[in-house]
Amino acid sequence: MARAVSTQTKIGWTIAAWVVALLIFFPILYTVITSFKTEQEAIAGFDLIPSFTLQSYGEVQTQNDYIRPFTNSVIIAVGSTILALIVAIPAAWAMAFAPTKQTKNILMWMLSTKMMPAVAVLVPIYLIFLNTGLMDTRIGLVIILMLMNLPIVVWMLYTYFREIPGEILEAARMDGATLGQEIVHVLTPMAVPGIASTLLLNIILAWNEAFWTIQLTTTNAAPLSAFIASFSSPQGLFWAKLSAASTMAIAPILIMGWFSQKQLVRGLTFGAVK
Amino acid sequence: MGAITLQNVRKSFGDVEVIPGVDLEINEGEFVVFVGPSGCGKSTLLRLIAGLEDVTSGRILIDGQDVTDAGPAKRGLAMVFQSYALYPHMSVRKNIAFPLKMAKMPEAEQKARVDRAAKILNLDSYLDRRPGQLSGGQRQRVAIGRAIVREPAAFLFDEPLSNLDAALRVNMRVEISDLHNKLKTTMIYVTHDQVEAMTMADKIVVLRAGRIEQVGSPLDLYNSPANRFVGGFIGSPNMNFIEGEAARRMGAHSIGVRPEHWRMSTTEGAFPGTVGVAEHLGSDTLLHVELDSGENVIARAEGEFPVHHGDKIWLTPQDGRVYKFREDGLAA
Amino acid sequence: MATRQTQSLAKIMRAPAIILLLIWMIVPLGMTLYYSFLNYNLLNPTQTSWAGWFNYQYFYTDPAFWDSIWNTLILVLGVLCITVVGGILIALLIDKPIFGQGIVRILVISPFFVMPPVAALIWKNMIMHPSYGVFADVAQFLGMAPVDWFAQYPLFSIILIVAWQWLPFATLILLTALQSLDGEQMEAAEMDGASALSRFIYLTLPHMSRAITVVILIQTIFLLSIYAEILVTTNGGPGNASTNLTYLIYRAARLNFDIGGAAAGGIIAVVLANIVAIFLMRAVGKNLD
Ligand SMILES: Nc1ncnc2c1ncn2[C@@H]1O[C@H](COP(=O)(O)OP(=O)(O)O)[C@@H](O)[C@H]1O
Ligand SMILES: [Mg+2]
Repeated sequence: MARAVSTQTKIGWTIAAWVVALLIFFPILYTVITSFKTEQEAIAGFDLIPSFTLQSYGEVQTQNDYIRPFTNSVIIAVGSTILALIVAIPAAWAMAFAPTKQTKNILMWMLSTKMMPAVAVLVPIYLIFLNTGLMDTRIGLVIILMLMNLPIVVWMLYTYFREIPGEILEAARMDGATLGQEIVHVLTPMAVPGIASTLLLNIILAWNEAFWTIQLTTTNAAPLSAFIASFSSPQGLFWAKLSAASTMAIAPILIMGWFSQKQLVRGLTFGAVK
Repeated sequence: MGAITLQNVRKSFGDVEVIPGVDLEINEGEFVVFVGPSGCGKSTLLRLIAGLEDVTSGRILIDGQDVTDAGPAKRGLAMVFQSYALYPHMSVRKNIAFPLKMAKMPEAEQKARVDRAAKILNLDSYLDRRPGQLSGGQRQRVAIGRAIVREPAAFLFDEPLSNLDAALRVNMRVEISDLHNKLKTTMIYVTHDQVEAMTMADKIVVLRAGRIEQVGSPLDLYNSPANRFVGGFIGSPNMNFIEGEAARRMGAHSIGVRPEHWRMSTTEGAFPGTVGVAEHLGSDTLLHVELDSGENVIARAEGEFPVHHGDKIWLTPQDGRVYKFREDGLAA
Repeated sequence: MATRQTQSLAKIMRAPAIILLLIWMIVPLGMTLYYSFLNYNLLNPTQTSWAGWFNYQYFYTDPAFWDSIWNTLILVLGVLCITVVGGILIALLIDKPIFGQGIVRILVISPFFVMPPVAALIWKNMIMHPSYGVFADVAQFLGMAPVDWFAQYPLFSIILIVAWQWLPFATLILLTALQSLDGEQMEAAEMDGASALSRFIYLTLPHMSRAITVVILIQTIFLLSIYAEILVTTNGGPGNASTNLTYLIYRAARLNFDIGGAAAGGIIAVVLANIVAIFLMRAVGKNLD
């Protein structure tokens, strides 16, 4: 649909689009700006130019030991995603390249587990965690988030694998490759983009998860989502400090998200929209 | 090396019986073409030979050895797929070398073989490209290259030319025939195009609904089709069939006359009719004729035959060129 | 496709994922169901007894339950309206020929990557705070009295925050659908004399209908479970004014230690979610063949 548009029209649309985009982005932008203000500046009324102090960032670390929840977030998000991939890659391979009559039903059933509201199993999971000593441990959260995201991981991989023509894998078999060689030399290199975007999207989802992290941790294993939630209490309320903590909590994932926006659509719609 | 025997091979997918039972003997060095309409089970049969599918029952022998339960890697066959099935993340060189790498052949030997194959197939200057940067014909050649480096017992081709445009198809047809003359390795070639079958095959296997209708050399099939289906399938344009009174007079349920086997006259003959569309090609003339008895037939004359739409014409089958068929379709 | 050997291998490779999810689904849900028929309070665990349907009855007759159902409904519908309509409009806007389209996309998509507690705290403190928020600054600038959003319009405030989080998702998916629209079809319609509005109604909207359905269904699944946003802003109040079903169950389990009651609420939540899920599975399932 390449069509010549007058520069004037284009400028008009550009201005409109940028105004809307900046409005939507504004809360994030303003938070980042405020994180560079002093506490006095932060509550002194609307002002887009901070004094560029790093004071709040320092305080978040010294007063709240920011490094700990950050480390927890990394371990929990990456750990649960990698664990899910280890379980999901073979399953997705089997369903994409050796489908049976049941495959479709299995996939739909996996999806249906994702629709179970978390709060419905809050009681038993909470009690299990209390009784087994998993409460406030990173391993406990890794397991829960792995199970939560497993259906999405299987689905995403499945939709990526299905785009790899079966004939290429058969060609490898004809060429004398064993199943292991077939997966290592042919399937995996072809699936790398798909596996990478699955990894990325699921780290994002796990990083931002804020129900189980709040329910199942107190201090030791609390990742950023639970840590930030604790800022809601009035005594923790300092604008610049909150902004600094928030900025640090969202920055890494925001950047990952920008890179994965294309895959996001596919992953979150289970391949229904591409 | 390269004799293949199928003994009562049957294949079902679930409840659907796709190959109800095939016996076939393929001799060493033969160029065998499986031909038949789409969906008749040609690919399935080829994949059974390749080991990409299990037989439901029956046995497959290669050079006298039972390979029925052997995986595809163990059978020593090479396959060229319709989609080419090249590895998109590997260079042309790596693609061709892949089977050698899997066989753990020494690097130097690998390189020598790849270079030799590339020379045969005119791929020398493309060895470092990726398949995505090649044209359809070049990809086809890479797929063939990957097959020949292994020096397999037999080559299996599944409609290798159907993704190419018409002109290229004719070229590649000749190249594959050439290759067979050079290598003298058994080739099994699947196509739905009877022209490919006629031009390339030593032996044609005509399939319909998973059954073998006839096996024979191209000219055998042309000259003495075993039944009406083979008669109609082999030859272009298709054989004309005439039923009813005229057939009964010749002691058959139906008779078949090939378009090129009519004698044409503007004055007299066995079957009077009217010219519909007349195609004057210079080298020959194709006439679509509606017989007075109601049938539509096609007649072909060599060179120019000066009739036009609406002209009266009389067609007479050449002597000994009438195929007679019984009610069940078998040749009478 | 595939031989017996491959098939049996496939079975082994599928098994771990299936078994894990099977356990994940059956065990906790079974326990929830069991607890929902018990009088079981963590403050008084020795007094546990069989309750029959009491927990369900209790929930059913509790005004807070109906408030929470109502709030859940308004929350879901409110956010859906804003995000779908807003998403369509913004998608149409971004799809126009504009300078810096890539950056505009990145700006618009960003809120989706902000974790719920951060999103809620940003809005609560930076934007909607009655004394220090940007809205208050704007009100002051216009000479109006600032509004205490979370006290006066608690549910609306939460809808606003959640809509901000999900607007990017709707926009991105609708934009993807929009970009797969056949340009020639549009041009043909233009040649046929269709106006911009009728092209939108008769071509663009039907083309996007599938994406819109998917947006609605997927968002609904997530919106039924809104939790952190409520926790860090209103705590469900004032009163029950911003308590949704998820939050009500959380409160029963974690603040009142009423295991039986929370379990019964959980089962009700499952039923609600399943109704939505059935529709979603149909929409997604069609795409499988
Ligand atoms: N994996 C399969 N599962 C079920 N049916 C199949 C499968 N592969 C092929 N078939 C069926 O077997 C028949 C023959 O297919 P095929 O061998 O591909 O035909 P051809 O190659 O002659 O066009 C077709 O009716 C097809 O639908
Ligand atoms: Mg075929």
